[in-house]
Amino acid sequence: MKGLLIISALGIIAMLAEIFKFKKMLLWIVLIGIIGAYAATLMEWQTGMSISYFKDMIAFDKPAIAFSGIILATAFFWFILANDYFEEDTNVTDHFALVLFAIVGALMLTSFKNMTTLFLGIEIMSIPLYVLAASKKGDIKSNEAGFKYLIMGSFASAFLLFGIALIYGASGSFDIMEIRSYISTQGGNLPLFFNVGVVFMLVAMCFKVSAAPFHFWAPDVYEGSPTLITALMSTIVKTAAFAAILRLFMVAFGNVSVTWTAVLAGVIALSLVIANFTAAVQSSVKRMLAYSSISHAAFMLMVILANQRSNISVDAIIYYSLAYSIGSITAFGVLYNVTRNGNENFEAFNGLAKRSPMLALCMTIAMLSLAGIPITAGFFAKYFVFTTMIGTPYKWLLILAVLTSAVGAYYYLKVVIAMYFKQGHHNETLPVETSNKIVIAVTAVITVLLGLAPAFISELFKF
Amino acid sequence: MINGISINYYLMLSTVLFIIGAVGVMARRNTIILFMCIELMLNAVNLLLVAFSVLHNDASGQVFVFFIMAVAAAEVAVGLAILSMIYRNIKSIDTDLLGNLKN
Repeated sequence: MKGLLIISALGIIAMLAEIFKFKKMLLWIVLIGIIGAYAATLMEWQTGMSISYFKDMIAFDKPAIAFSGIILATAFFWFILANDYFEEDTNVTDHFALVLFAIVGALMLTSFKNMTTLFLGIEIMSIPLYVLAASKKGDIKSNEAGFKYLIMGSFASAFLLFGIALIYGASGSFDIMEIRSYISTQGGNLPLFFNVGVVFMLVAMCFKVSAAPFHFWAPDVYEGSPTLITALMSTIVKTAAFAAILRLFMVAFGNVSVTWTAVLAGVIALSLVIANFTAAVQSSVKRMLAYSSISHAAFMLMVILANQRSNISVDAIIYYSLAYSIGSITAFGVLYNVTRNGNENFEAFNGLAKRSPMLALCMTIAMLSLAGIPITAGFFAKYFVFTTMIGTPYKWLLILAVLTSAVGAYYYLKVVIAMYFKQGHHNETLPVETSNKIVIAVTAVITVLLGLAPAFISELFKF
Repeated sequence: MINGISINYYLMLSTVLFIIGAVGVMARRNTIILFMCIELMLNAVNLLLVAFSVLHNDASGQVFVFFIMAVAAAEVAVGLAILSMIYRNIKSIDTDLLGNLKN
């Protein structure tokens, strides 16, 4: 909770920086603030209790704190990566404030206890991102990405709200624990519109995490937005949305799984197939990463589908979010530096091994991790997901997931091949800022460490 | 029953309004009308929430409506700002002219 308050205060400070003229120091203030928020969050972990605030609107239990930790750590790396992105632009302070407020929304999503906070969290996270996606004012692609994101986001929110309204109509409450007890007291006699409401909420959340067939906006938005904003969308937003889905479907609707598992299984199967096969034929790396994020969403949804109310599921999804966020930060960091001249195709990576061996090595680690190849974090992330699926009737999904992962390996390795075996047009070394280098290297090392000692993290997250 | 009218009628009315809005978002090409359709969907939800709130004799549904109104206003404010930016760049707000992000 203190973390949430600190980040909110930071957002307000960022807006004041323009008036009181401390723009130059703002990055440092934000970084120190995020470390402070992180420390405050960890302290709450030490007390080990679930504390609820604002009359049970928000509750920071252990999963919420773990997800907040991942979000804050990603945000820390992201701000270092983005320092020169902020300098290039005129409205520095507004960008800072928008990103910080988006993080506030993300933290609310990890800890909501009431449908009101769920809705507000989603909107507080999304509205700044609509603006950020459209933040390259002169670039029509960026404008269009922002517009598409806005329309699709509000469309999904309307579905979410309709679902919330129907569930409220049946249960008479917005509190997720009360909805849960309503379901168990009713037994099997739930009104039809309650089940419709659950499916509507599932559809809306699938929109938010861009799972097929509700994914069509994602590649366009990811491609049009500035690269670093895309990095924000595919790390922090994804993690927060999954924290929300985990809470919603395991805590609130865990006992009515019959109504939503069939839909969810279809969504996962479609996402795996569509995302992996479409990603394989993309020519733009950014678009490829967008499709890859759809397939990762499918993997994380598999944990929800398994619906085992145990630590294993929470562990699996936390580890997956962590591995995916860290890997994506490396990948987007490299992409940002390589594509500064505007070419976002695979050719931009040709000969990168000669131009900047360090970047090429880190990108290789990130790609291996995203593909799920051993000694990287991605392998164990997928392994933990598969272990949750064992014992459920969805073995066919497991087989499909393994097969499509093989297709996934093809397009991730395409980047590696371009870097090491293809001749580029340029041979001069690539200029990369030291701060960017540090972030990329540190996140790559973390990816390997997570892969070498996966038990360390799962021990850490014992609940 | 609310004032002699069964809750099913409220449910049907707001479902119909919601569907009209959803179809509008998918079918219409003018961006201002897109925004109107989204407003229609949100207001269908508001109607439903208020009806259920009276049915359950519980004020929280009506409070939720205020949140929805505030958020909808914020969303439209951002949306219109983005639209005016698009208009400055291509001198049109027709979604057919927005196709720069297709492969």
